[in-house]
Amino acid sequence: MKPQPLALKVLNVVSVLLLLAALGVVFLYAPLEATMNYVQKIFYFHVANAWVGMLGFIAAAVAGVVYLVKHDQKWDIIELAAVEISLVFFLIAILAGSIWARPTWGAYWTWEPRLTTAAILEMVYVAYLLLRQGIDDPDRRARFSAVYTLIGAISVPITFMSIRLFRTIHPVVIGSNPAATTGSFDMTSKMLISMFFALFTFSIIFVDLFWHRIRLGQLAQHVEQLKLEELQ
Amino acid sequence: MAHQQTTNRRPSPIVHPSSSSFLKAIGAIVWKDLAAELRSRELLSAMLVFALLVILIFNFALELDPLTRRVATPGILWATFTFAGTLGLNRSMAVEKDRGCLDGLLLAPVDRSAIYFGKTISNLAFMIIVEVVVLPVYSVLYNTNLFNPGLIVVILLGSIGYVSVGTLLSSMAVQTRTRDVMLPILLFPVVIPILIAAVKASSGFLQGLALSEVMAYINLLIVYDVIFIAVAYMVFDYVVEE
Repeated sequence: MKPQPLALKVLNVVSVLLLLAALGVVFLYAPLEATMNYVQKIFYFHVANAWVGMLGFIAAAVAGVVYLVKHDQKWDIIELAAVEISLVFFLIAILAGSIWARPTWGAYWTWEPRLTTAAILEMVYVAYLLLRQGIDDPDRRARFSAVYTLIGAISVPITFMSIRLFRTIHPVVIGSNPAATTGSFDMTSKMLISMFFALFTFSIIFVDLFWHRIRLGQLAQHVEQLKLEELQ
Repeated sequence: MAHQQTTNRRPSPIVHPSSSSFLKAIGAIVWKDLAAELRSRELLSAMLVFALLVILIFNFALELDPLTRRVATPGILWATFTFAGTLGLNRSMAVEKDRGCLDGLLLAPVDRSAIYFGKTISNLAFMIIVEVVVLPVYSVLYNTNLFNPGLIVVILLGSIGYVSVGTLLSSMAVQTRTRDVMLPILLFPVVIPILIAAVKASSGFLQGLALSEVMAYINLLIVYDVIFIAVAYMVFDYVVEE
């Protein structure tokens, strides 16, 4: 593997420091919310992770389209890295959200639009990874992955809108109605600052992990090329 | 023999692909699939038996007293169509791949998208045949009147969307190692909008709601169909090229 460039090494250190700083900001700087107390603090990381997951989703979609146009293998590596990282960030966001939801809404999970769409998105990602596993030929794998990323990228927003339509026209009350107790709250300026700081931190962490994953992908591609040459 | 070949050879005309040859190609593929199916009937019989078994299972899985039945009918119907449709899509593409038909089709001097449209139309035909059988059977078994024009329209629109994405994804799935298992995993997350819209619209029509209330879902179905037929048409080349 090529040695880490200096920028990446610096980014590693900066990411860790920012994460520690974010923890400090959330626990020490951000005020306690009136009704939810400490539970509300997970919101900062929940939103940051979800936001970063969205970044990964968009990056994957763009990389897929660019691959189909240019047929350059590096875009396939970028797409895979974006999907994997986005998968993990969304999973953290879902788990954090569930932890927040239990005391606030009374249930770990509700079938409201954003949660359901997040779950479906995770299934699309997992399907993507399973698809890749099932194909040996690198070129075919890259093509199929790009096509599936495109299909997923179009269908997930449509899914979100259709679930919202579903819930608006027929408001379903399953136990406690989450629409009534959305758990939303007015944010003071200190909270806003904390939230943006957490968002910034996780964006930096995203770039750092993305870079590492791309390097790993390049190494994997190199190994695979060697393997294919050996087999011939 | 060789002597005969050289004297009888004429220069072959250059084939200029035109719109009529495109439609003819689609027609040829559809005819091929339907004719093959008519002779062997293996695909349709498998889909039909499976669909009827699924309805049977739902009878035991859910307590379908008359009240629940009214609420659950659209869901049961669409679950049945989804699973049976997967079967049909899988078999349809697997047959092409196994017998080398796909390679033959790819060598033909027609636009690749003609293959896509041909397969989609024949898959749609099979799905509709299954639906045509399942609806009366369900009506009889559960004493529910399903002969509702709105419902028919919804089933048609939903099937079109399902089959258009399904054909594309089954062309991909059939080329992987995990084959049949891959298609549901790829397909189901992506067709959820169809399921949502189709179930709600079917439910609306069966309950006799005003058209204005159901229109939103019908629009969603139409939008989904248009978008995905366009997308699948554009990317099909990438999926089948060698």
